[in-house]
Amino acid sequence: MKEFMMLFRHIPNPEYQPSQEDIEQEIKKWQDWIGSIAAQGKFKSTNQLGYTGKVVKPGDVITDGPYAEVKEIIGGYIMVDAENEADAVEMAKGCPILDVGGHVEVRAIMELDL
Amino acid sequence: MKQIIPNLFRTEYSKMVAVLCKVFGISDIQLAEDIVSETFLTAAETWGKKGLPENQVAWLYSVAKNKAKDHFKREQLRINKINPVLKKSQDKQTELELDFGEESIKDGQLKMIFAICHPLLKTDTQIALALRILCGFGIDEIVSALFSNKSTINKKLYRGKEKLREEAVSFDLPEADEIGERLETVLKTVYLLFNEGYYASNPSETIRKDLCLEAMRLNLLLLENKTCNKPQTNALLSLMCFHSSRFEARLNPDGHFILYDEQDENLWDQELIKKGEYYLNIASSGDKLSKYHLEAAIAYWHTQKQNPDRWESILQLYNLLLQLQYSPAASLNRTFAISKARSNEEALKEALKLKLENNHLYHILLAELYKISSPKKNAFHLQKALELCKSEYEKKIILEKLGK
Repeated sequence: MKEFMMLFRHIPNPEYQPSQEDIEQEIKKWQDWIGSIAAQGKFKSTNQLGYTGKVVKPGDVITDGPYAEVKEIIGGYIMVDAENEADAVEMAKGCPILDVGGHVEVRAIMELDL
Repeated sequence: MKQIIPNLFRTEYSKMVAVLCKVFGISDIQLAEDIVSETFLTAAETWGKKGLPENQVAWLYSVAKNKAKDHFKREQLRINKINPVLKKSQDKQTELELDFGEESIKDGQLKMIFAICHPLLKTDTQIALALRILCGFGIDEIVSALFSNKSTINKKLYRGKEKLREEAVSFDLPEADEIGERLETVLKTVYLLFNEGYYASNPSETIRKDLCLEAMRLNLLLLENKTCNKPQTNALLSLMCFHSSRFEARLNPDGHFILYDEQDENLWDQELIKKGEYYLNIASSGDKLSKYHLEAAIAYWHTQKQNPDRWESILQLYNLLLQLQYSPAASLNRTFAISKARSNEEALKEALKLKLENNHLYHILLAELYKISSPKKNAFHLQKALELCKSEYEKKIILEKLGK
């Protein structure tokens, strides 16, 4: 098994005002997808990221982030164990971010001998 | 008379050993056990000749007290003989204080739980020691409860006690800052003790029930203590209440398991279901979601047979449970919940992602999911399950499904 990180990227739509029911449905979809990975014993951890933040640059320059300069943001990530890259990609195919026009970036974790 | 002494042994052995260890320390637990065993031998002899005393428990406590005192006197004499210089300081030593009051017993048992469920001990050793020292099981009963043999159990008990001595484990409750981690080990052992009784295909119904009741008793003991009364402690008791509410309904007259779907709900113990709900409510007060919370909530939904949202709720709880801790059983149960909450097709898609080809329950599940769509595949997986299955009873059920 190799470790992979999947980054959920999308362009937020500030006009989208989901109802309570929409939110519940959305949570269910995500939980089903993560549960499916966990049921294969391949889940490690996951986090959703907040919509605001700061960007720190050299020379003590701090800007509001993350969307001051980029439209697309990282909404969250999941860490998984996969047999290989193809297996990780297969898992990513069910990610609910794809349903809202976003995409998943699948990256292998580099093993460092320190 | 025949049943009185074994019954007293079951309830009093652990209390007496615990109180003695408060004075001797856990390192001398063997001595404490010997004194208590001797007390029961004396009881059997004396009561056999002179008849039962009026208050048998008080009789046992006072005899144990005397035996402990005699032992200390002998020890002192021995030490004095070897080294007379020590005599003076020994003389000043206060009388051996043994308090068999209710509070002292509870305090001793709680300390014993933490000593036995010490992370230094292996889980199976913890379970064997717990059965012996916390639950007062005889060796034969432990052998039967754990499906083991005498020499293995004796070795386990011996090595466990040696380890407690070698590592100089203290007979005290852990400090507040380490209670969280220690409590986790304790809860895990209580949970396994319960499961041993609830799920193990042990032929003796009495032993199964005893194991479950003992686990619940220990859990109650933990709840009575402020530091141990945490949300997860309540959640675990809630889980065990819900499970044991189905105790009468889940076995047929031959002592074999009846599937949940086919159980007679009228046999479910409503009192225990209410208790389960009560403890689950208390458990919800914290901000930490333990696996006991999730399992208790799943067990709760299983008692709500009429509620249409039941399976969707169970599915979502399994999603969370698997993120906390993977297990093949939870993974299969999640897939089954999908078939109930959504459809067989969706469940099948998920089932095929699981790499559980060597698990006979996996093939039974697949057979179930293929039942309508593909009789051929249904038969294939039942055949697979039959090859992998080890229990004669389950084989019989699979054969019935195969129409043989």
